[in-house]
Amino acid sequence: MRSKQECDLGTPASASAERVTLTIDGHSVTVPAGTSVMRAAAEAGIAIPKLCATDSLDPFGSCRLCLVQVEGMRGTPASCTTPVAAGMKVTTQNDRLAGLRRNVMELYISDHPLDCLTCPANGHCELQDMAGAVGLREVRYGYAGENHCDKPKDESNPYFTFDASKCIVCSRCVRACADVQGTFALTIGGRGFDSHVSAGVEQSFLESDCVSCGACVQACPTATLSEKAIINRGQPEHSVITTCAYCGVGCSFRAEMKGSEVIRMVPAQDGQANRGHSCVKGRFAFGYATHPDRITSPMVRASIHEPWREVSWDEAIAHAASELKRIQAKYGKDSVGGITSSRCTNEETYLVQKLVRAGFGNNNVDTCARVCHSPTGYGLKQTLGESAGTQAFDSVKYADVIVVIGANPTDGHPVFASRMIQRLRQGAKLIVIDPRGIDLVRMPHVAATHHLKLKPGTNVALVNAIAHVIVTEDLIDHAFVAARCEQPAFEKWRKFIAEPQHSPEASEALTGVPAAEVRACARLYATGGNAAIYYGLGVTEHSQGSTTVMGIANLALATGNLGREGVGVNPLRGQNNVQGSCDMGSFPHEFPGYRHVSDDATRILFEAAWGVPLDAEPGLRIPNMFEAALDGSFKALYVQGEDIAQSDPDTQHVTAALEAMECVIVQDLFLNETAKFAHIFFPGSSFLEKDGTFTNAERRISRVRRVMPPLGGKADWEVTVELSNALGFPMHYTHPSQIMDEIARLTPSFTGVSYTRLDQLGSIQWPCNDEAPAGTPTMHEVEFTRGLGRFMLTPFVPSHERANDKFPLILTTGRILSQYNVGAQTRRTQNSLWHAEDRLEIHPHDAETRGIEDGDWCGIKSRSGETVLRARVSEAVQPGVVYTTFHFPESGANVITTEHSDWATNCPEYKVTAVQVIKVSHPSAWQERYARFSAEQQKLLDERETLAR
Amino acid sequence: MHIERLVEMLNDIAANQAADPDNAVAAIAQHLKRFWDPRMRAQISAHLAAGGEGLCDAAKEAVKRL
Repeated sequence: MRSKQECDLGTPASASAERVTLTIDGHSVTVPAGTSVMRAAAEAGIAIPKLCATDSLDPFGSCRLCLVQVEGMRGTPASCTTPVAAGMKVTTQNDRLAGLRRNVMELYISDHPLDCLTCPANGHCELQDMAGAVGLREVRYGYAGENHCDKPKDESNPYFTFDASKCIVCSRCVRACADVQGTFALTIGGRGFDSHVSAGVEQSFLESDCVSCGACVQACPTATLSEKAIINRGQPEHSVITTCAYCGVGCSFRAEMKGSEVIRMVPAQDGQANRGHSCVKGRFAFGYATHPDRITSPMVRASIHEPWREVSWDEAIAHAASELKRIQAKYGKDSVGGITSSRCTNEETYLVQKLVRAGFGNNNVDTCARVCHSPTGYGLKQTLGESAGTQAFDSVKYADVIVVIGANPTDGHPVFASRMIQRLRQGAKLIVIDPRGIDLVRMPHVAATHHLKLKPGTNVALVNAIAHVIVTEDLIDHAFVAARCEQPAFEKWRKFIAEPQHSPEASEALTGVPAAEVRACARLYATGGNAAIYYGLGVTEHSQGSTTVMGIANLALATGNLGREGVGVNPLRGQNNVQGSCDMGSFPHEFPGYRHVSDDATRILFEAAWGVPLDAEPGLRIPNMFEAALDGSFKALYVQGEDIAQSDPDTQHVTAALEAMECVIVQDLFLNETAKFAHIFFPGSSFLEKDGTFTNAERRISRVRRVMPPLGGKADWEVTVELSNALGFPMHYTHPSQIMDEIARLTPSFTGVSYTRLDQLGSIQWPCNDEAPAGTPTMHEVEFTRGLGRFMLTPFVPSHERANDKFPLILTTGRILSQYNVGAQTRRTQNSLWHAEDRLEIHPHDAETRGIEDGDWCGIKSRSGETVLRARVSEAVQPGVVYTTFHFPESGANVITTEHSDWATNCPEYKVTAVQVIKVSHPSAWQERYARFSAEQQKLLDERETLAR
Repeated sequence: MHIERLVEMLNDIAANQAADPDNAVAAIAQHLKRFWDPRMRAQISAHLAAGGEGLCDAAKEAVKRL
């Protein structure tokens, strides 16, 4: 059931510009052509009874409750399926209609449990409401006839219950699963009286293909599909609109509360990123926020092998400041640094970079975007002039050709994937460029026109081959290039890309993709209408990540697929605030708004605002920090909300660097892997415990609103403020809105952003300034941020990481729907029912030659290290390629990945690691060491000296 | 920092500029100035002064411009 706070107009809005005037119950009503009579009436304040209709789904016309009379029309048509017409005269209430509706309701209620007072939907049930609305007072048929009231419940899903006894077979859940989510996990089984909602082929919800997105629960008008939290805790009494803290889609949710307890998270119908949809993480997996593992008191210790000691906030802050000062006095001001978090708010990341630049006095600040989308920042800045995607998510509605490169949207960005699937079902063509057979390649009612199953590490060669076809077959949009691009750079690029070594035929041996397939793909992209590229970490996390991003931008420039809806270059950002953390100046070479630290005008601006001199030299990137720690020149690190010991490559290198530091300060919800190497621990606050903003993959800034007090007593931004004050660089903010006001004053693309404006508009896509006071859904419409678009040369420079006889397979890593990043949040929810361990996907051919069967333990050895995972034998990967996720620390996925990185940004090459896989029976030596170390650290936490309270 | 790692990083930058030989050295030097921390630049300069083992020619020329 959707939130009580949201009205339901019955059918979707019409996008028609044509207006139609009709009369409903004597009132003149004007609505867009194509609007249903039901919605036209609702917009005029006239509620027509309904059950099977809801405005998130196309009308179905099955319940027969919304019957109306239309002058000159025979019978009593369903108002949900009847479109308005000019001059139409509609009657929604009279004795005849009332009688018909009562008869319908009588039949429904004759086969429905009469347990309203103890029903979880009591007071929030459309069936109950409609019984009241039609004035049902008796059921003439009695209740003793054949009915469904003894149907069993399906409680297999951890988050919701399916109570078949309460089902009215309105098909809203089935339609939501098909039309909104695109999974088709539900159907109506049986006929007539036996009709019933079936998950899969008479399976339980958990056994079925259900992805637990919650769309069916949202759509259900009765208690049939109810959140277990509602069943167990009762209905919420107030709600607050906030933004999900999982992936880069940035869904808007209504946190429905009892006091300070979150009962459920319901996707906001007017959410501008998610349009009322959700996924299993945002909808249900918020329980980590109150998990017993939360650490809510600051802690300190002298060394990582000593027990923790709980201390007051004042003592913890003073100790941290003292340590940072001591280390800077001893080793120099550049011996310390900080890492901002893409899981924290814009305001918090802004403060951490400000603390480092102004408080620490250096530019040693970096963010986890270093290990995911830093090549996006570099590549799009070089070509288009702005380090961000070009479109709004809504843009996909106008795409004719959708290219997905190195992304797995149904797992990584599921709510946007559903939007994409809706467009594909309308007929858009799909090109998938990925070594793996991701779900989008073939799923119900969706099939890729082309799946270019390239060899890992050959993105640049393939993108160049596509460009070669566009150039040599003259598929270029010459008018666009002439008007919008630098001509010398274009001519240089055209000559470069036309060279024979870039042809599909020449690169086939490198990429493994048949030349004819590449040519067909290039022709479709260049001539198929609006063509939009969506890409992910399969593009960026390579030693050529930045080159591929530039190559993708070149394709869009050459074909004129930029500057309007339906096209564009769209990086699918991994974490919720990757875009925002980059925007906020988290990189060591850039101030907020992507302005280089050496730019005098910008630096003078910040120096004047902050009142201190600022360093004009770039600082250390995260991997550089590790190197510097190991050579003794980098000694202290403040890590807010990141888990570099799990997420960064070559784990043993990372942990050695952490051990080499004298002071590691971790601010987090839990004792994460990095915190096991920390000397000071600040309790972090979840997104439910603080105010702020997140910026999603479409540059959309959305409010995060506090719904419960911070369990540790302070929001993350408050901790940074106090640390800065203790270091002698005073910060005076009393609310995050003041931080945003400062960001707006200092950042040209944010000058129009404020909390007041966000409250007015719901969300804002930057740039937002005098030129675009309501924000910018589509970038580069008239000119590029840098003026003219610039083609960049994109040579294919192979990775140093090569397969050979000793390491004959290539490992790639990725994500899965139910888990999120390092898993610190989702592993502490029931999402682990779907994914309880990381497994190694291996092709049947490679498995067979190694004697490996599904479920066997496999040793995976690379040049960096060795770990052991259980095998999943699967044809999703091609022969010669293996794949795993990295959601569980004990998996040690990053023990295997190497230090190789993108040439321009040092983004790690997670997607190409040469490995050997053999059948084993024991954990790896690293896993045994990890288990001992983790047990020691857990013991030191459990035995911590607690504060007297 | 491990000089071998810096040499590899710098050679990678150079390899990615090789398609535009007329501008490669300037582009490499510019990249180092914009993205490398001063201690990294100092270390690679010292390495070049000591012979620059492992550095490709364009990288050596670029380091001279730091």
